[in-house]
Amino acid sequence: MPRTPLPLTQDIDSLSILDEHGNLDHELEPELSNEKLLELYRAMVLGRKFDERMLDLQRQGRIGTFPPTKGQEAAQIGCSAVLEKKDWFVPSFRETPAEIHRGRSLESILLYYNGFNEGARIDPKQRDLPMSIPVASQILHAVGLGMAAKYRKTDEIVMSIFGDGATSEGDFHEALNCASVFRSPVIFVCQNNQWAISLPINKQMHSKTIAQKAAAYGMPGIQVDGNDILAVYSAAREAADRARRGEGPTFIECVTYRIMMHTTADDPSRYRMNEDVEKWKKKDPISRFTRYLIDKNILSEEGSKAIEKEILTEIQSSVEYAEKTMKNIGNPLEMFDHLYDELPPYTQTQKKELENLLAARGEGNHG
Amino acid sequence: MAKMNMVQAINLALKQEMEIDDSIIILGEDVGRDGGVFRVTDGLLELFGEERVIDTPLAESAIAGMSIGMAAYGLKPVCEIQFSGFSYENFHQIENHAARFRWRTRGRLTIPMVLRTPYGGGVRALEHHSESREAYWAHTPGLKMVIPSGPRNARALLVSAMRDPDPVIFYEAKGLYRAFREEVPEDPETIPIGLPRVIREGSGITLISYGAMTRTTISAAEFLAKQDGLEADVIDLLTLSPLNTDLIIESVKKTGRVVIVHEAPRSFGPGAEIISRIMEEAFFYLEMPPERVTGYDVIIPYFAREQEYIPGIERIVAAARRLFN
Repeated sequence: MPRTPLPLTQDIDSLSILDEHGNLDHELEPELSNEKLLELYRAMVLGRKFDERMLDLQRQGRIGTFPPTKGQEAAQIGCSAVLEKKDWFVPSFRETPAEIHRGRSLESILLYYNGFNEGARIDPKQRDLPMSIPVASQILHAVGLGMAAKYRKTDEIVMSIFGDGATSEGDFHEALNCASVFRSPVIFVCQNNQWAISLPINKQMHSKTIAQKAAAYGMPGIQVDGNDILAVYSAAREAADRARRGEGPTFIECVTYRIMMHTTADDPSRYRMNEDVEKWKKKDPISRFTRYLIDKNILSEEGSKAIEKEILTEIQSSVEYAEKTMKNIGNPLEMFDHLYDELPPYTQTQKKELENLLAARGEGNHG
Repeated sequence: MAKMNMVQAINLALKQEMEIDDSIIILGEDVGRDGGVFRVTDGLLELFGEERVIDTPLAESAIAGMSIGMAAYGLKPVCEIQFSGFSYENFHQIENHAARFRWRTRGRLTIPMVLRTPYGGGVRALEHHSESREAYWAHTPGLKMVIPSGPRNARALLVSAMRDPDPVIFYEAKGLYRAFREEVPEDPETIPIGLPRVIREGSGITLISYGAMTRTTISAAEFLAKQDGLEADVIDLLTLSPLNTDLIIESVKKTGRVVIVHEAPRSFGPGAEIISRIMEEAFFYLEMPPERVTGYDVIIPYFAREQEYIPGIERIVAAARRLFN
């Protein structure tokens, strides 16, 4: 028997619509209303400004460790923009701008990163899962949510976001494989920011792209310029439509860059060259989109400044509100709440034990 | 009442509960067409279809992880992990997510799933098929850990588990699956999760056990009554977490002597927790230090030697007798 090449025909596209030099592919430009474009712009700027403020707060010791998202705003907002309220959003831990865009309050994020469980409370109107810290584990929840949506015969879809490092985990493989087998309506979004803490992508995997992995699971896959919101949006739109039509999962690789550290506890100067970071800063998703909006006469310099000012005021009042709230919610007894539907007797005894200790210290009545 | 073995009784629980609650979904490896490797889900695919009885790819983390997603949506997945020795691959999904969603989201999202898995030795299985690692689950806050000891209570507890709003790990002793039959009522019956039972009364000694070891413990109690004239109180825990020790304390106050029997390794095992509670609440009633008859702190040996690892009547009787010397 001769050795013959197998007829594997799936191609993986790479998509870029608005490049870093401001060149626009008019044919591929998505149809978005001016209102929608401005909404996306505002969400990106809010994500950026809030991230910067969080870093300031962290450096001042006013919040704990957090993972900055600077530079990934287009990848995040471009994706979350295609979801409807009824759809599910299953984030990892570096999706703060997208979470805000989905409706999470700035206060809750500040509370969360100050170590208060109250910050992880989800508004009952939100169909979002809390951020997942164990890498790749949440991708499977998305598959299950999609299966449940399908079982209930709805047209709801699910989006799960994860980083490039997550693709090395077993859960990533299991999730893609199962989603494909069960045609779960999931959009898998890989935020390829090229760093898994200190490990560059070429030490994380040897495949040429991440998107090509979709072919192995029998689902459509695409690589997009993750700093180009128009490209991200278009790819996500296509995936969402496909999922809603009942055609199953899609894989999107957003090529972007983690401009900052992994978390504020990390020092990237130990493992990467500053020149690389500078190179990527020139591809900034927000300045690129700003230029596009100005060229289209949707936004002016003054308009942009006004939006920024309004956002800074919003952030300031959220910080003030969160800091005020934190003063009133110190009660450690909270740790016993929501463990089970009903707290077992021995745990009630332990709660009482702590309550007595706090009372003896005169700290029992914080909230 | 029909006489059923434990496999049939669990099957009945699944079938009846699925009939009244369309949010129950079964998923796992080989649970559909094949009816499960122990035939526990036999016939359910034919009754409820592929949408509700899902043969999954060979992926334990996926089975648990997808169940979590389904449960977050409001379904009640009952997933099967073929052998408890393979559930380490899904342990992280249960520990990191199933056990924590309610707590993490301040009650907004709950995970009312049941993870069923056969555990324990005694059926001459391959390596990795005979472990008894209930302590891992019982040690995890946010989980419930249920271990029936026979057909009738397995059925009743599984119905309760499926109706429970929290994630339940349901350990089925594979040694009991076809070991004996019991009368199981046709009408659904439940046993509340978290309540042990006194299954034999006596005032000479307290014997505590659960799961597969319950039968051995009962046999030991009968032997002691016959040979030594020693009447034992025998307590079947049924639930390891949340662990209710009221009956145990009451019994120890009466007998002053206690032996705990489990198949799991001794160190840091359930027996250690039970003895701690006895020390806290009934120390002054004890006539002798409590005894543990357990698996040894070794990997359970391959089946040629497993019977020496698993506690037998001889070891239980010897421990009981030591408490009178």
